[in-house]
Amino acid sequence: MTAPLTSLDRPNSYIGRSLPRPNAKRLLAGRGRYVSDLRLPRMLYAAFLRSPHAHAKIVSIRTDEARALEGVHLVATGADLAKICTPWTGTLDHFKGMTSAPQLPLPLDRVVWAGQAVVAVVAENRATAEDALELIEVDYEDLPIVVDIDVAREAGGPLVNPGTASNICFRSQIDSGKVDDAFAHAAHVVEEEITFGRHTAVTLEPRAIVADYDPAAGMLTVHHGTQTPYQFQDLYSRHYGIPEARVRVIATDIGGSFGMKLHVYHEDMAVVGLSILLGRPVKYVADRIESFVSDIHARDHRVRARMALDAKGEILAMDVLDLTAIGAFSTYPRTSVVEGNQVIRLIGAPYRFRNYRATLEVIFQNKVQTSQYRAVGHPIACAVTERMVDMAAVKLGLDPFAIRAQNVIPDDAYPQTSPTGYRFEALSHQACLKRLHELMNYEGLRAEQAELRKRGIYRGIGIATFVEITNPSPAFYGVGGARISSQDGAIVSLTPSGEVRCLISVTEQGQGTEAIISQIVADQLGLAQEHVKVITGDTEVTPHGGATWACRGAGIGGETALQAARALKRNILEIAALILQEQPSALDIVDGDVVDAGTRNQRMPIAEIARIAYFRSDTLPPGTQAQLTVSHHFAPQGYPFAFTNGVQGCSLEVDVDTGLIKLLKHFIVEDCGRVINPMLVDEQLRGGIVQGLGAALLEECRYSETGQLVNGSLADYLVPMPMEMPDIVIAHVETPTADTELGAKGVGEAGTAAASACVLNAVNDALAPFGAAVNSIPITPTKVLKALKRF
Amino acid sequence: MRGFDETLLDEADETVRVRFVVNGRKVACEVAPRETLVDCLRDKLELTGTHAGCEMGACGACLVQVDGRAVHSCLMFAVQADGARIDTIEGLTDSGAIADLQAEFHRRNALQCGFCTPSMLINAYELLSQVAQPSREQIRDALSGNYCRCTGYEAIVDAIDAVAKARSAGGAR
Repeated sequence: MTAPLTSLDRPNSYIGRSLPRPNAKRLLAGRGRYVSDLRLPRMLYAAFLRSPHAHAKIVSIRTDEARALEGVHLVATGADLAKICTPWTGTLDHFKGMTSAPQLPLPLDRVVWAGQAVVAVVAENRATAEDALELIEVDYEDLPIVVDIDVAREAGGPLVNPGTASNICFRSQIDSGKVDDAFAHAAHVVEEEITFGRHTAVTLEPRAIVADYDPAAGMLTVHHGTQTPYQFQDLYSRHYGIPEARVRVIATDIGGSFGMKLHVYHEDMAVVGLSILLGRPVKYVADRIESFVSDIHARDHRVRARMALDAKGEILAMDVLDLTAIGAFSTYPRTSVVEGNQVIRLIGAPYRFRNYRATLEVIFQNKVQTSQYRAVGHPIACAVTERMVDMAAVKLGLDPFAIRAQNVIPDDAYPQTSPTGYRFEALSHQACLKRLHELMNYEGLRAEQAELRKRGIYRGIGIATFVEITNPSPAFYGVGGARISSQDGAIVSLTPSGEVRCLISVTEQGQGTEAIISQIVADQLGLAQEHVKVITGDTEVTPHGGATWACRGAGIGGETALQAARALKRNILEIAALILQEQPSALDIVDGDVVDAGTRNQRMPIAEIARIAYFRSDTLPPGTQAQLTVSHHFAPQGYPFAFTNGVQGCSLEVDVDTGLIKLLKHFIVEDCGRVINPMLVDEQLRGGIVQGLGAALLEECRYSETGQLVNGSLADYLVPMPMEMPDIVIAHVETPTADTELGAKGVGEAGTAAASACVLNAVNDALAPFGAAVNSIPITPTKVLKALKRF
Repeated sequence: MRGFDETLLDEADETVRVRFVVNGRKVACEVAPRETLVDCLRDKLELTGTHAGCEMGACGACLVQVDGRAVHSCLMFAVQADGARIDTIEGLTDSGAIADLQAEFHRRNALQCGFCTPSMLINAYELLSQVAQPSREQIRDALSGNYCRCTGYEAIVDAIDAVAKARSAGGAR
């Protein structure tokens, strides 16, 4: 007997199938079209003079010599650009009481971080522009700097924004249940302070932009390496007073983004202004040193947490204080407080306890701005929670798996609302824990660990459960007044030759957006995937939508494509029914042919329907108007977010003489709902985990006491390299969301969310025989040796 | 009519004529002495498959073959490459020299954004030309001058491993 047929055995069944990305072949042949590759006729190049001071008054700027240099077309200061660009402020209404100073492309009278762009030069080529920078003289007068979170909070201390009352950007509190009672009656309390260093995205292609203003047409075209072209179309339109329909933002191939390239950067806004002033295309590509001092950084949190448990190990309550230091202002338009907000709302999320109190304080300092980077807030919330759980397990003599199994929300107890107000539709912590236990051969690893300890080899095993926010509704940004869409749009057409073209608002950064959209469209319409062409990333061509961030591409973009494809199929079958004298319901489409729904007998190719509709409409019944282009929008409804969940595990070895940590193997069991392309999902998990492992062990933006970034180059800032990274074993549990037909949730951030928590727990497990513990990420060899009192 | 004022020119305008054999074709171009090979390839010769990632030889995005060896084109001035044979991703693609690596990378999705990919392929090509059947550890070690921020590396290691095995199984190439 043969195996039973599954949905994957039907023709054109692409949902759930591992298929390579059609658009990856170009990249493999070196035929990518990145913004940094672009050259337009009459294009000029911008370079920026940057502040050497973390906080200083600009006394004077002398640019005469630079202006006189051959090949220089424009030298612009803050005042020049302020005449044509309105300021922006990085606050959102739903973060009550938050404050931030207005920003301009270049500062008028004060610099607030070391590396801030101060003067722009536009020249025939980048080298000449940089030559001209050397000829500019800026006189600064030092102002007191704030580069330490404790100094920043001192009453009467130096202020990032003189004239304000304090350095506090935002405060938020959650108090749910009876926290004090729970702690008063707890059998056990564990407590720890955990710090998280600043790190940054380090996309292999730095930020790149070409702004092209045509004064004759009154039209601005911006080629922008970004995830969110529509957001920037809106911002360029509003801040430069150009009607939205005359602003076009094109996001072609992009060399990595991870959230970093969806924020407003001063240089990018300036480049648009420079192009307007010159009436010519202006290009700016950050070099690596500039990237380190101007790309957003992330994390930089210090969390003090307590957890109360009863005598059996039941978690009763958590009480946390998260202090996070951002830049000198809040990032626009998504703010710099979302990370902290997610930290305090995600702490404890996998568990059942009802008593929760959290305070968040977001603090300004004279460093580069921070904002959303892959897994926003999740790694911090996860590490704090999971470290507490492990500390409790040690205290109670429970196994890490056992204490989690005892405390997670049971799989059959959904829907649930967390003490922080998050509503969970359906999660699968129990199933994931069980699967991980087998996957990593937990008992075997423990036995091996015990054996090796006898020989002075210190291995650690860590696990970390997590919950991830995906598919955000307007509750994320829209309610705060940001013009950031939570819906997506698709335009799907049957072309005259019978192929299908899909224009969609979600964008591609290499995660495979175009691939999964073509899988969904081909699957739903009933034709071969190679006959579906997907086009993304051009505001003049693709419909307005949220694009790709917060793991929304598959869940929201995918559902948009699914519904659009179904609508087009209905329209095709309507015309087919007229031609074939059948009821539409009696027909179906399989492999590009209209067939009898019951027998699957071929009736006519859809190419023939296209030919008739486009070229021989005279042969259709009078009054027939074939609609072979369908435009469809989808906004998530139901749950405000589609939460996903999973659990990671890792095995590592600590060299107690050098403090070096060797990652041996990493495991993840993940539940992102319907899996559209298992291979692409797994690769998202692997890439995400490795970014989390970088944060765990290597990555940190280190500042001097004078506010200088001291490791701002790729020789000094460590990112994961192949030889340091482990193989990663992956398994899935699938709990589709019922909010959509597709059932998909996001997956891009799950890996990063828990990888560092897992490593933190594993390192502490390895150090347990010494009674030593680390409580700071990244876990450098120095920190390990200090914990061991060997340094 | 006014004559050309030589004093308007300064050292930055001085160029040097260099000649290479790029992807099998003789090429001559005028470069400033300070111009790096990566800028020359990308800007003058429009070979944009070679990328500049850090301009200090750390990330490996700019690898090209110079006289048959993988070289950081960001660490070499164009004038230093005068007379050299240079092969870039475009030429290696056209010649079919790395077709099996490209196909295996594609099949396993051993790339995401693709920015590091051309130089990963060049690095892998060099590795397999020196070690026919590298261990996974050797592959990981060889790739450690190439940063990839998207994939987590495992699929890249798998792809190179698979090609090495296939090449050995299929006899010498």
